[in-house]
Amino acid sequence: MKLNGVLAAALAAGLLLGTAMTASFAAEVPEGTTLASEQIFKYRVLDNINTLDPQLVEDVDTSAVVRSLFEGLYNSGQGGDPVPGVAESYEVNADKTVYTFKLRDAKWSNGDPVTAGDFVYAWQRAVDPKTASNYAYFVGLVGVVNADDIVAGKKPVTDLGVKAIDDKTLEVTLSFSSPWFVRTLSHATLFPAPKAVIEAKGVDWTKPENIVGNGAYTLAENTPGERVVVKRNPNYWDNAKTVLEEVQFLTINDENQGLTRWRAGEVDQTDVPAGQYPALKAELPDNTYSVPNFCTYYFSVNMTDKQTNAALKDVKVREALSLAIDRDVIVNGVLQGGQTPAYSFTHPLTAGFKMPDIPAASMTQADRDAKAVQLMAEAGYGKDKPLEINYIYNTSEAHKKVATVVGQMWKEKLGVTLNLADMEFQTLLDTRHAKTYELARNAWCGDYNEASTFLSLLDSKSEQNDQGYANADVDALLAASKTSADPNVEYAAVEVQASKDVPIMPIYFYAKVFMQSASVKGWPFTDVEQNWYAKDLYKVAE
Amino acid sequence: MIAFILKRLAVAIPTLLVLIVISFILMKVAPGNPFAGEKTVPKAVLDNIFARYGLDKPEWQQLLEYIYNVVFHFDFGPSFKYRDRTVNDIIAQGFPVTFTYGAWAFLFATVIGVSLGVAAALRQNGWIDHLAVGLSIGAQVVPNFVMAPVLVLVFTLWLRWLPGGGWDGGHWSNIVLPVIALATSYLASITRIMRSSMLEVLGSNYIRTARAKGLPGWQVVFRHALRPAMLPVVSYLGPVFVGMVTGSVVIDLYFSTGGIGQAFVNSALNRDYSTILGITILLGALTIAANLVVDVLYAWIDPKIKL
Repeated sequence: MKLNGVLAAALAAGLLLGTAMTASFAAEVPEGTTLASEQIFKYRVLDNINTLDPQLVEDVDTSAVVRSLFEGLYNSGQGGDPVPGVAESYEVNADKTVYTFKLRDAKWSNGDPVTAGDFVYAWQRAVDPKTASNYAYFVGLVGVVNADDIVAGKKPVTDLGVKAIDDKTLEVTLSFSSPWFVRTLSHATLFPAPKAVIEAKGVDWTKPENIVGNGAYTLAENTPGERVVVKRNPNYWDNAKTVLEEVQFLTINDENQGLTRWRAGEVDQTDVPAGQYPALKAELPDNTYSVPNFCTYYFSVNMTDKQTNAALKDVKVREALSLAIDRDVIVNGVLQGGQTPAYSFTHPLTAGFKMPDIPAASMTQADRDAKAVQLMAEAGYGKDKPLEINYIYNTSEAHKKVATVVGQMWKEKLGVTLNLADMEFQTLLDTRHAKTYELARNAWCGDYNEASTFLSLLDSKSEQNDQGYANADVDALLAASKTSADPNVEYAAVEVQASKDVPIMPIYFYAKVFMQSASVKGWPFTDVEQNWYAKDLYKVAE
Repeated sequence: MIAFILKRLAVAIPTLLVLIVISFILMKVAPGNPFAGEKTVPKAVLDNIFARYGLDKPEWQQLLEYIYNVVFHFDFGPSFKYRDRTVNDIIAQGFPVTFTYGAWAFLFATVIGVSLGVAAALRQNGWIDHLAVGLSIGAQVVPNFVMAPVLVLVFTLWLRWLPGGGWDGGHWSNIVLPVIALATSYLASITRIMRSSMLEVLGSNYIRTARAKGLPGWQVVFRHALRPAMLPVVSYLGPVFVGMVTGSVVIDLYFSTGGIGQAFVNSALNRDYSTILGITILLGALTIAANLVVDVLYAWIDPKIKL
């Protein structure tokens, strides 16, 4: 039995896809608004834009550029829920393993029609070992049949679970039941790719003179380290509703320099330098924003035998350490940018996720500290048997501050000495992955708005499981979540188990803290992933 | 002279090869790899990426193939981090930018520095001397990572005369601030070297002789004193020129010029092996060339030196 997309979404408990599913989304300019005469949005990016090839995109800033040049089946709407992109609608079978998308009449920037075959080509390309994409694993992560085997070279790309029924119909087969598959479609890896151009131009296909896209904008200039300029694409299917004529992505490495240039009116949006949020909010309340961001900052505990600190093998010690971290002091006293204390790994604003009752979260800090002292005593550590722990983090003022403050808290409350060692980022990655550390800084940002994007990291088989954490119950719950009617039940159970085992100590949930010119409207403040689309923005006259 | 130049060029080739080999080894010894990020890439994916870039081959073979491609095809290979660009692309885009502001800064620092140094020496302990010495000490103690933001604060935010960054295809307004920020501390050094060298020469016996035989002051300075006094400055200028035209990380980062200095540092942090090697070779070649030019200039300035 095939269900209509809207119905299927409504049935998928907790996933409120229904409301936005029928209407498309674009810049919605209220009646009576006076638009600015110059519709150019200047957005500061931290670093170079790494690539403009959707199947090779890795980072957030690059994704923002690629989202303006290409469009997937579904986009991320104002609140982060999926809204139709190239797809008009979809149907899904009863056990949510086969999705059939109906494509609209969309065009590439060269006028060719966007077909189901363009998606088949792109997705096959993403997993093709020859493409060698870092995000090849994403296709398997979201469940497309045979993706992992193709990446591993065990099967040909043609075995991928995606096929074009006709030019306007795309059928995707998943290896597990997934009520959240549509939420993953706004990821650049799953955008379509122009086969003819790629085959004709090879690696040069993304150069401004060659590139063909299906997004609301086309590439005008790409000068790495300086700027990427995109201009309105008249062939975009919803071009009539696009307001911004041009977007400039300006690389400004230094946050303070970004702020100065924002003050000078050279950029419309820039991140707030660490520690300056309270002062800027007081000075410019209408331009200073702090919105939740889809990332968790945490300490990884090495649970394996590769580290020799016996104390960390004791769950009481781990729990005591985690309890003694006063997260309110860290977010309000150290970071001061609207971050929120974390007692779970999954971000609380994850779609459909119901935060379970984690005892530490509802205790007062005094109670937590009392319990921590008691646990340490039970574990046999105290003033007469002091504990020493080594902590590693990648060189950065902000990480150092957090580490220093936590070390201070542990010293005062538990008599624990925390030895800090900073290292270059690449070295930290290697050390963490080799599991030759005791305690390490870690962070994770969700790839799609569903709890498994965080919790799959706690699976003992996960590549990202830097802790070497292995709990059979957690593995079983995660496996069960894939066929569950409401996986959020299993997710909650995983969080509860992890809070008991303490393989990680969640510290805080990130916030995106930025300055935005008053003339810019349409920003998706309520999208926890902060997936913004230039086509949804407009500038008003000041 | 020609034989000297040819001999130096012949020595340059093994020098560059040694440079490549040492850089290659250091790079491979450093932990990490160009494809690592906060998100660990699954083994199968990493294997594909390594195969794509030939990193699955033995290291000696990678090195030999690299040298072969550079020497016979002038191909520095693909960038590992900027996946749709080659190292040749990165150099072709970034080097002209840094060369432009670097050359202007070099010209600015040299002309002003030499003039100020000469003027200060001629009027030792006069107001111009005090001014020059004061300015040069001031400029030298302000590093360019302080200079750059101050310039932006004054000229971009307060006066609104010049943009605080960007390159815009090399528009003059985008060049001014990077040139000043980069040139200042060099200008200070040049002024001080020129001044002390000039003072020394002016105090020597043959200058006294020249003055005694009644030559006009300007002729003493320009015909007899300036050339020998330039020697220490010229030997200083060689490496300075290379340093300037290959870009300053600080300038590139602050002014978002898209120059090669930023690309160089990023490549090291990202372990973008091919880009590190490509830019190292470029820098090495430029350094060798600049030293050669300095030696030739030396012979031209100082008749005592025979090449």
